[in-house]
Amino acid sequence: MIEVNILKSGVKRTLEVPKDMGLNLMELLKGEEYESIEGTCGGMALCATCHIKVKEAAPALSGPSGDELDMLETLPFIYKESRLACQIKLNENIRNLTVELVEN
Amino acid sequence: MSIKIKTDIAIIGAGPVGLFAIFEAGLLKMRCHLIDYLPQAGGQLSEIYPKKPIYDIPGYPTVMAQELVDNLVHQAEPFNPGYTFGERIETLEKRAEKDFHLVTNLGTEIEASAVVIAGGLGCFEPRKPEVEGLTRFENGKGVNYMILDPEQYRGKKTIIAGGGDSALDWAIYLSELCSELTLVHRSESFRGTPDSVEKVMALADSGKISLHLNTNLSTVHGNGKLNGVTLLNTRSNEEVLVDTDYLVPLFGLSPKLGPMEGWGLNITKNAIEVNTDDYSTNIPGVWAIGDINTYKNKLKLILCGFHEAALMSHSVYQYIHPGVKYTMKYTTVNGISSF
Ligand SMILES: Cc1cc2nc3c(=O)[nH]c(=O)nc-3n(C[C@H](O)[C@H](O)[C@H](O)COP(=O)(O)OP(=O)(O)OC[C@H]3O[C@@H](n4cnc5c(N)ncnc54)[C@H](O)[C@@H]3O)c2cc1C
Ligand code: FES
Repeated sequence: MIEVNILKSGVKRTLEVPKDMGLNLMELLKGEEYESIEGTCGGMALCATCHIKVKEAAPALSGPSGDELDMLETLPFIYKESRLACQIKLNENIRNLTVELVEN
Repeated sequence: MSIKIKTDIAIIGAGPVGLFAIFEAGLLKMRCHLIDYLPQAGGQLSEIYPKKPIYDIPGYPTVMAQELVDNLVHQAEPFNPGYTFGERIETLEKRAEKDFHLVTNLGTEIEASAVVIAGGLGCFEPRKPEVEGLTRFENGKGVNYMILDPEQYRGKKTIIAGGGDSALDWAIYLSELCSELTLVHRSESFRGTPDSVEKVMALADSGKISLHLNTNLSTVHGNGKLNGVTLLNTRSNEEVLVDTDYLVPLFGLSPKLGPMEGWGLNITKNAIEVNTDDYSTNIPGVWAIGDINTYKNKLKLILCGFHEAALMSHSVYQYIHPGVKYTMKYTTVNGISSF
């Protein structure tokens, strides 16, 4: 199991996810019915409706791809920790992951 | 003066499903008028993934999303549909059976015998930057989030904000029309299509575009109408005031259910409940097809929306012409009778 910490309005919640389900973080958050995560494009880095902040992560978490950076660039406001949740695969590389939800 | 339109069927949403509904209704000799907040037809396909291939449209092993939209528009042409783009339906009122009245945010009125909601995931709404007072200048007072008619900007001073392809492409296009074109982007460089980036840089070098990188919109000014914007350089912390007629923030669009929530429809989880016999809603005379509806085992797929459009059309025909018997004919038998 992988643990993912979710921060929303200052409150932390920890979710446990099996690491072999091939889920991405957008699918996890959408499944938990967080309203700010719409995931309109189904995870293709084409809509930016899954924008979140990564507050903490093990170095093994891969960085954003060119496509992800292109999409983030179109948003009116981003942070240095901004990522698209759909581009974060929940696999064995995930440790100490804490993400914060932002208004989308 | 506000515009008044009369039609058999008002279709809210010009995505693939709304477009195919024109064809299905046309076979039954019913005329359609479509309204979409986007400046173009195609819904999610043209707005989110125009250049992606789709593999599950029957009969097309693969088709590009924009090509499918173009074909649907072409296929609907014989039935002479009307289109209102760049406007959002705000109110839907049933005055009597077969007498519906719809009004857009810009005051266009549509009278229709039946209404079909093909609103997809909702109305594509612009993402707005957080600048105090920005909304004061919306609706014709200087701040636009989409470019509907480029001619409006001819000879005017315009500021475009944003770093994606649409900001770059419009900056290139409008630099020819505007008396002054300012492009504001928060980062050091652009990540758009290399060709567009090159063109913008060349236009900046030749003085046709005034380029402000590492810059955010800080304050908007004007008395009733926008006349200036203060820009903040985030590196130097210096502010400059730029005189302008228009500010166009281009930060993409994201779908929101919006005004539909207040129309008296049964809505569950952002989707309209329908009867799967004919995709009618709880309001007689109003149907909902495509991604906007929900029922047991619903699949948000284009092909399912097409099927819903066919069943809906026959049901609308019965509603508008009660008691008139209609025998379905194959298009191969009779061809298409345009009107
Ligand atoms: C990245 C991506 C890939 C996809 N791939 C596939 C695929 O391979 N195969 C497949 O079958 N499906 C796919 N889909 C899903 C498919 O795009 C949708 O099922 C389809 O777009 C639904 O069509 P629609 O006409 O119902 O709605 P939409 O395409 O969402 O169009 C609805 C339109 O209604 C307008 N609207 C809504 N409310 C109002 C209002 N009040 N006033 C004015 N206008 C309004 C909106 O602006 C919008 O343009 C994909 C979707 C995405 C995002
Ligand atoms: S779901 Fe569309 S960008 Fe992540």
